[in-house]
Amino acid sequence: MNSNEAPIIEVVDLVRKFGDRTVLNDISFNVHRGETLVIMGGSGCGKSTLLRHMIGSMKPTSGSVKIFGEEIATMKEREIGRVRQRFGMLFQSGALLASLTVGENVALPLFQHTERSADEIEEIVKQKLQMVGLTGFEDLKPDEISGGMKKRVGLARALALDPELLFSDEPTSGLDPIMTAVVDQLTLKLAHGSHMTAVVVSHDMTSAFRIATRMIMLGHGSIVAQGTPEEIRTSTNPEVHQFINGEADGPIPLNLSQDEHEHHQHVKPRPFVSARFRFHHKTP
Amino acid sequence: MVFIGVRAAPMVALTAFSVGVTLAMQAAHSLQQLGAEIYVPDLVMVTLLREMGPVLIAVIVIGRSGSAVAAELGTMKVSEEIEALEVMAINPVQYLVVPRFLAMLVMLPALTIFGNYIGVFGGWAVCTFALDFNTAGYVLRALQSADTWDLYSGMIKSAVFAWIVITIACNAGLHVEGGAEGVGQATTASVVQALLAMLVTNAVLTGIFFFAV
Repeated sequence: MNSNEAPIIEVVDLVRKFGDRTVLNDISFNVHRGETLVIMGGSGCGKSTLLRHMIGSMKPTSGSVKIFGEEIATMKEREIGRVRQRFGMLFQSGALLASLTVGENVALPLFQHTERSADEIEEIVKQKLQMVGLTGFEDLKPDEISGGMKKRVGLARALALDPELLFSDEPTSGLDPIMTAVVDQLTLKLAHGSHMTAVVVSHDMTSAFRIATRMIMLGHGSIVAQGTPEEIRTSTNPEVHQFINGEADGPIPLNLSQDEHEHHQHVKPRPFVSARFRFHHKTP
Repeated sequence: MVFIGVRAAPMVALTAFSVGVTLAMQAAHSLQQLGAEIYVPDLVMVTLLREMGPVLIAVIVIGRSGSAVAAELGTMKVSEEIEALEVMAINPVQYLVVPRFLAMLVMLPALTIFGNYIGVFGGWAVCTFALDFNTAGYVLRALQSADTWDLYSGMIKSAVFAWIVITIACNAGLHVEGGAEGVGQATTASVVQALLAMLVTNAVLTGIFFFAV
């Protein structure tokens, strides 16, 4: 990591509100080339929202998001497209096009953004699918393969253009432990071998500590803690401690019931209906 | 293209045939009282070309393909596929809407012409088997009664309907929110809106053709 080089991602004072609810509050961080940043935090803490701001599909209420030194918060759709060709994104569900086969899904960005011949593209598709352990699945439709396989195809598609930067939303949830290790090793290999930068949203702690060079923990829309995996592991912050050790008791409010809700005195009490609603509600 | 056009053909054929038969029988019923059965082919032909052909085929295509497009795009929206396209720097409008738009713009008028043929064939069936026409007489009268403008006005309507139907369907699909329920609502809304818009436009276009041409 070279901190003198301009950061790949620069987020400054990012604030995002939905109505009067603040989902992201004053988020600032940098990601440098070759780093693997893991963003963690409980469900509904704003992880996915933060990720959507970095890929330009949501606009911040205030603050700035720079990718490759270019401000994407104020960019027009056409210009964002140019930036997006330089990064890959793995969606939580894989987000494969159901009408195309696995192979066509992986080939899609290659057909759209490169001048390569069909034979060359077929070769690349084979190679990318091999990387995620799905050789021979080219001709199946997404609904003929399992959720974990879809996710791996999504990863192959995200890597199709050999991006400098990879965003992953929960890359290992729904994968068995062995496939989790394979995906993690792939991320590490790309980070070390090709100096790919990765931003991974995850709450799989085993995987997070395996791949991260730096970690950020979000809570209530703010950064609770950030540092190297070692710093996070030895953090004395009780919220971080509770989260990485997966304990039910601790300072993180769970909103499981009205009693518990009131028990946490630092959370402003709300009417009962609202507390139940918040329990079911997941930030998009 | 295949879905909107070719696979809709049997349904279009059946509808058009029924309409042709019905038109001929109704026309025969009224015209018989005037002793003017000779005008049945005229009526079938002109009504089909100018009005029933474009409108009824559009109704079928709205119910069949408009709803399918809205549901398909809506499902893609809720399953993050549209967002995935955007993030891959692929414009969803270019990639998804444009081909459907072109398919509709070609296929609806094509289906209408096809439906017109079948409808006229339905009229022929009634005239030949119930009204003592011979085939040549029917065809001759039908062709004499219609001029090219009857065909063109029907085609203009059909092209405008195609534009309305696909615009409403794509718009409804791409703006779906709220999972499976949202997809259902958007599909229904697209059918209802497209039907209303199509019928109102039909009245307006007929008015324009009637008064201005």
